[in-house]
Amino acid sequence: MIDTLRLTAEAANDLLTAGEVSSDELFSAYLAAIGERDPELHAYLHVCDDSPGEGIPIAIKDVIGTKGVPTTAGSKILENYVPVFDSTVAARCKARGLRLLGKTNTDEFAMGSSTENSAYGPSRNPWDPARVPGGSGGGSAAAVSGGLAPWALGSDTGGSIKQPAALCGHVGLRPTYGTVSRYGVVAFASSLDQVGPVAKNVRDCAFLYSVIAGRDENDSTTVDVPAVELPTLEDLKGLRIGVPKEMNEAEGIEPGVTAAVRAAIELAESLGAEVGECSLPRSVEYGVACYYLVAPAEASSNLGRYDGARYGLRSDGADFREMLMNTRHDGFGDEPKRRIMIGTYALSSGYYDAYYGKAQRVRTMIRREHADVFEKFDLIVSPTSPTVAFKLGEKAGNPLAMYLNDLLTIPSCMAGLPGMNIPAGLSEGLPVGLQLIGPQFSENTLFRAGHALEQAIGFDIVPERLR
Amino acid sequence: MNWEPVIGLEIHVQLKTRTKMFCRCANSFGGGPNTQTCPVCLAFPGALPVANKRAVEECIKLGLALECEIADRAVFHRKNYFYPDLPKAYQISQYDEPLCSNGKLAVPTADGEIVIGITRAHLEEDAAKNVHVAASGRLHGATATLVDFNRGGTPLVEIVTEPDLHDADTAKRFLQLLRQTVVELDLSDAELEKGSMRFDVNVSVRPAGSNELRTRTELKNMNSFNFAAKGIEREIARQIRIYEEGGTVEQETLHFDPTQEDSPPSRSKEEAQDYRYFPDPDLVPVHPPAELVEKLQREIGELPGARIKRIADTLSFYDADVLVTGGLDKLWSDVVAAGADAKEAANVLSNQFVAAGIAPDAVNAGELAKLVAARSEIPRAAFDEALAKVGDAGFTAAPYLAQKVVADTGELDPIIDKIIEANPGQAEQFRSGKDGLLGFFVGQVMKETGGKADPRVVNERVRAKLGA
Ligand SMILES: [Zn+2]
Repeated sequence: MIDTLRLTAEAANDLLTAGEVSSDELFSAYLAAIGERDPELHAYLHVCDDSPGEGIPIAIKDVIGTKGVPTTAGSKILENYVPVFDSTVAARCKARGLRLLGKTNTDEFAMGSSTENSAYGPSRNPWDPARVPGGSGGGSAAAVSGGLAPWALGSDTGGSIKQPAALCGHVGLRPTYGTVSRYGVVAFASSLDQVGPVAKNVRDCAFLYSVIAGRDENDSTTVDVPAVELPTLEDLKGLRIGVPKEMNEAEGIEPGVTAAVRAAIELAESLGAEVGECSLPRSVEYGVACYYLVAPAEASSNLGRYDGARYGLRSDGADFREMLMNTRHDGFGDEPKRRIMIGTYALSSGYYDAYYGKAQRVRTMIRREHADVFEKFDLIVSPTSPTVAFKLGEKAGNPLAMYLNDLLTIPSCMAGLPGMNIPAGLSEGLPVGLQLIGPQFSENTLFRAGHALEQAIGFDIVPERLR
Repeated sequence: MNWEPVIGLEIHVQLKTRTKMFCRCANSFGGGPNTQTCPVCLAFPGALPVANKRAVEECIKLGLALECEIADRAVFHRKNYFYPDLPKAYQISQYDEPLCSNGKLAVPTADGEIVIGITRAHLEEDAAKNVHVAASGRLHGATATLVDFNRGGTPLVEIVTEPDLHDADTAKRFLQLLRQTVVELDLSDAELEKGSMRFDVNVSVRPAGSNELRTRTELKNMNSFNFAAKGIEREIARQIRIYEEGGTVEQETLHFDPTQEDSPPSRSKEEAQDYRYFPDPDLVPVHPPAELVEKLQREIGELPGARIKRIADTLSFYDADVLVTGGLDKLWSDVVAAGADAKEAANVLSNQFVAAGIAPDAVNAGELAKLVAARSEIPRAAFDEALAKVGDAGFTAAPYLAQKVVADTGELDPIIDKIIEANPGQAEQFRSGKDGLLGFFVGQVMKETGGKADPRVVNERVRAKLGA
């Protein structure tokens, strides 16, 4: 009997290598789990009956293009869209024998923090189905946490891997910008989008990162990546950890979250890390505002291609202009429309300097502020999300409250830096996430620290109600 | 009042790289609609552009030929607008950080040269092609638009001049010189009929001596240099007329129908579009290495403008201009080096040779030199026949040189007498002063002799016999 709730990808692979299970048996076990729990969790938008490959299964977020398998990006405008080519990350997974279980739910075009913006209905948190799994990658998070996939790929623009991982109690890495190809990934905000692993533990996360990372000739923004080291050490000797004041004492951080994160920091100290306070005042103050200019500006341009002419939804019209307007009116939900409007405004002549131009300058400042901190520290820590998982509908009517969810994940995204969530403990029976952020290309440091802390914390990743 | 025209040009040149600007599709004509396409140039979700390195090099090379500064850092921008031939809803172009800027092209003239400032030369991608269809197959009453994406994403260099041009003729000569430069650098076919070179012209006029820039109009769709010159002249005259009648020129675009050269252009008011330019985050800035720029600079030979000036020292400016902009000057200098007279060779090349439509590269200069030298000694028919074949593989002049022209009056006089006898009316008119009829008689003699008569001798004898 395969316990999909607990089985890590590494353990699954060991079983496979030892010949104790077959690839088909593994695949079927997850299909069975999906059959059992996905009606409640709605982690998947599309489930594959079968997939080629000899290895272990994987779930992929629905913004990531998969050849021959529907890729909707959570939007009606791409309903029935089936890519004719694989994204580079999907191709790399395939090349390693990973078998596609299905496509996971996402806020429309990855715009959201709860999956409530999915055109196909929200996913639910395996710890409490009345609560959101976070977003935009709530589907991948619910799948991994709910035992519906051993691991998954997510995408992160301002926190879409890290925040759901925090809310569902597992590991998620947003890699350094440029280490993972965006080719074939439905674009939201090109200068911020990064694909990353969603996993049950840090070693799985590191392994999956090694599968997808590396230069891709189809994505000019990718670079060569240092060899990935699977973490083994259980101490943190010699590691300097900074605790940015503004990110740990920000208004709106729940006391239970602060307590779990404090406890984790103390553990780190006891494992030999040198812990010190630091400061990122401007990054925290301006990060969200800056993000909500840059990301919508790029999105307003990236979403221009959905015109009904070549693929996806087409609503008729008397001429091209009318067809275009009708298609976009019918196909986009409120959140993409909101961001297209904000972004179009921010790029307009006469406003460019005041908005997009200034946001880019602030972004440079955020980068510098982080670089200064990393002169003294190897990594910094904070809560990933100011709150534990909130109830469905609780913030859906208030976009600004929803945007502030990403207050702590956004600054490092703006700086292009890697960030990882590991579970730090529980607050009121719900997972609390610890965010580890390092300088560019410091993934190995994050893996090392995350792994040691994970061992010391001993968090049980299986949701209590499913144990 | 005296008026000074102010003219600026915007030229698009399609590079002949093997692949498109941002994807690996073939950059070539032919093939059925939408056969040269891929997820990138069809703008499928997630597809990303990758800049064509060769195109970047070729743009730099053209920039160097135009004496531009080559940027240390050039950026691709997105120019956003919705149109069915633009699948991403933005064109990747360059905005405030172009590859090449601040250059110039000197246009040689009979009295010195006119230096035209080049504001910039940058890279961008071409749009696809819309085909409007209806039952009748014509635009009028079209029921649908089909899009052929084969051309979409092919590389273009856009060259923008300063408003330094002040007459239609210089504009035309600038365009010819630029075209020849691009062709010689092997960057583009620059064929106007195929659209691989296109240009728009901005025209305004101002009181002579003033520095103001008045409202300009934009002339589009002109597919020949002569047509452009005519269009510019007409537009200049129209604007002057408006001002002299106390009116104002409106900013508008004039679309010429290349198939109806004499009909007036259609006009359209361009709505001020906000293209929402911003740096394309999918592409990294281009940093051309100094070694590359130096290497490209070394690959550039003596440019057409310089050659016109050099050759004009030997020939007239007019001949030099025709030879160089016609791509004939290399053959000319080879023929001269092989012993032909410079002026004679220039005449043959810029007249009969051009008319025969022979590719200069195919010609053996030594054999052509022999023909040019013997031009007056062999029958005209033999010369014309030889010239028509001078580009054939293995051509030799010898058989034609063996045919001698008939200059013997003993042989020619009876023929001339017969012709005068047969045409008494014309003979009478010629005697009474209608000198133009000389050509008629010479032509008849040439016809009678199968083109072998020496025209100079025939001229002389006809005059003598008709006592004129
Ligand atoms: Zn293509």
